[in-house]
Amino acid sequence: MSDAQTLAVEVVGIEQVTPLIKHFKLAPVGGGDLPAFSGGSHIIVVMQGDRVHKNPYSLLSAPHELQTYEIGVRRMEESRGGSHYMHDAVVVGSRLEIAHPVNLFGLDKIARKHVLIAGGIGITPFLAQLEDLHGGGVPYELHYSVRSPEHAAFLGRLRAREGERLHMYYDSEAQSIPFESMLASQPLGTHVYVCGPAGMIKHVIATAQACGWPDSHIHWEQFSAPPVGDAFEVFLARSNLKVHVPPDQSLLESIEAAGVEVQYLCRGGVCGFCHTRVLELDGELIHNDHFLSDADKAKGKSIMPCVSRAHGRRLVLDL
Amino acid sequence: MSAVFKPDETFRGDFTYRNSPEAIRRFPLPFPEDAYMYSVNIEPHLPGPAGSVTEFAFDVDEHYVAECRERALVLAAEPLRYQALPHMMSSQWDCLELIMESLARDYPAHFSLAKRGNRWHWINRPLQIDQQFTFGDTASLPREPLEYITRQAQGDFVVMDQREGDLWTEAGMVTTQADWSLDFDMGMTFKEWHGPVPLAHELQVFDRALKFLLNLRLGQPVRRLNWTMTINPRLDTSPENYPFWGTDRATVTADNAGERVHLRVELQGLWRLPRSNAIVFGIRCYLISLRELVTVPKWARRVHRVLRDLHPALVDYKGLTRYRDAAVAWLAPYDDGSPTTPGTSPE
Repeated sequence: MSDAQTLAVEVVGIEQVTPLIKHFKLAPVGGGDLPAFSGGSHIIVVMQGDRVHKNPYSLLSAPHELQTYEIGVRRMEESRGGSHYMHDAVVVGSRLEIAHPVNLFGLDKIARKHVLIAGGIGITPFLAQLEDLHGGGVPYELHYSVRSPEHAAFLGRLRAREGERLHMYYDSEAQSIPFESMLASQPLGTHVYVCGPAGMIKHVIATAQACGWPDSHIHWEQFSAPPVGDAFEVFLARSNLKVHVPPDQSLLESIEAAGVEVQYLCRGGVCGFCHTRVLELDGELIHNDHFLSDADKAKGKSIMPCVSRAHGRRLVLDL
Repeated sequence: MSAVFKPDETFRGDFTYRNSPEAIRRFPLPFPEDAYMYSVNIEPHLPGPAGSVTEFAFDVDEHYVAECRERALVLAAEPLRYQALPHMMSSQWDCLELIMESLARDYPAHFSLAKRGNRWHWINRPLQIDQQFTFGDTASLPREPLEYITRQAQGDFVVMDQREGDLWTEAGMVTTQADWSLDFDMGMTFKEWHGPVPLAHELQVFDRALKFLLNLRLGQPVRRLNWTMTINPRLDTSPENYPFWGTDRATVTADNAGERVHLRVELQGLWRLPRSNAIVFGIRCYLISLRELVTVPKWARRVHRVLRDLHPALVDYKGLTRYRDAAVAWLAPYDDGSPTTPGTSPE
């Protein structure tokens, strides 16, 4: 939705937990508790840098600990600025705006067993979910794959709390998650959750489907950062506005900068909330979202402006 | 509103339920114009004007004590009017917190809530309840949390779990319903639950409503009004008790419709719940007799026209077939044909 209801928070703790990941603690300005949430939720962090960045980050703190929210931010090599801002400009005492938590990656409450699969920074939503699973009586296991031991963020806390339910895999030691045997041997009623690089997510989905898993038992979340691309022009029909989209700004950000409000929840191509109708197109759409089906993408009648772009001569949107 | 409670009102037997003049003027008329058809009439549940039924998250009015007693009577006879599946416990605590915090904040003269960590102290003065308990510990309350708190609230509550891109009816307290049954609908998906509603499926009302609700946000509740009609001020018009109230509809004449026929309006609110990511659907019922309604001349003309011109499928679905003509005939003398102002205000 809009940003009408953001919360003001202050950064009260920063820790560099791996060479690439920083761990931030956020407390409400003025004290008190932050809203309760469920494991798997993310928040949008609004950063006022040289321009405004709004990035989704999973909450990794315990859902019952509401004095602070915790997030983990990985420095992205091809950042358009959001993760670099968090790493380089944000210090203890910095103030940020955040939106209320939204959960697009919740645990299924009637699952008989949960299998959690994390790749790298994809561990963050699971850290909060594990808090919900402790003492819940439903069996679970966590498979966590990282490049090398120095990249294993939050491993200390996971080892201490999860014991034998934690399975670690290091690329540097040529270890990899045995997706096929693991997914083929789960009891009926198991749900699998995967968060990590795109290739890992695709592989888990394909393997689970090949093993006969129903789609309703396969869960995944991957926030895409809006990719950099060629500049293009867009015409907003209802607003009667021509908007220029520069290479390092998303279509959504450019539309917002022109003063037109678009509803959104995740800004990462997942939720479908910013779904926008394409009225005219001379050129092609570059779909980067995980929401539209391949068939819908091929039709060219809609676009998710948070992560998708266009190139060609003319694009007219129903905004 | 600082209502004076009317603890002895009844919603059965001698039906002594009445609306005070103040309650009539704040009645939530669901007709902003002289004709009615379905729409996805959802709006943010923001505070309305002082004294209105939407001033606060949950409206507590002059019927509060009597409605809670009526709920207890229904539950004593039929305990299954309250049900919750085992995986809904975190949503039960979410509901308890939402209702207690709202009532204590909005009606400090009637309710108070003190917290020391997980140790909570709840006081409900109108019902003379003083309860200390541990939030999250079911054994510290005399009943399950959802049953405990909804026995102290007006209106029905249904809690929907969100999974598989759908909403599942898996907990609720339903004793003031317009002819539907929680026991029958438990475990249903959103569209299964709404299966019997005519016309709306063709209009894709439920596709759009479901899509909207799946993205309902924490801290941004929404509401809508729905309506039907009920003979006598009977809150519990359930399928289970159809033999007790179904025949009432055959007793309406153009002479007695003013007293017998009631407009039944539901103020429906929807909240995302924080810990469970479930959604609670509150269905608060307001009843007003045609006799009370025509004390507001604009509303008399408006309701006469809506009822007279209502789509036949809606007349059947809302169960008005037997007495609609009698009600229209009773209302006709109060409609001089003059225009009504837009909107639902009494003037």
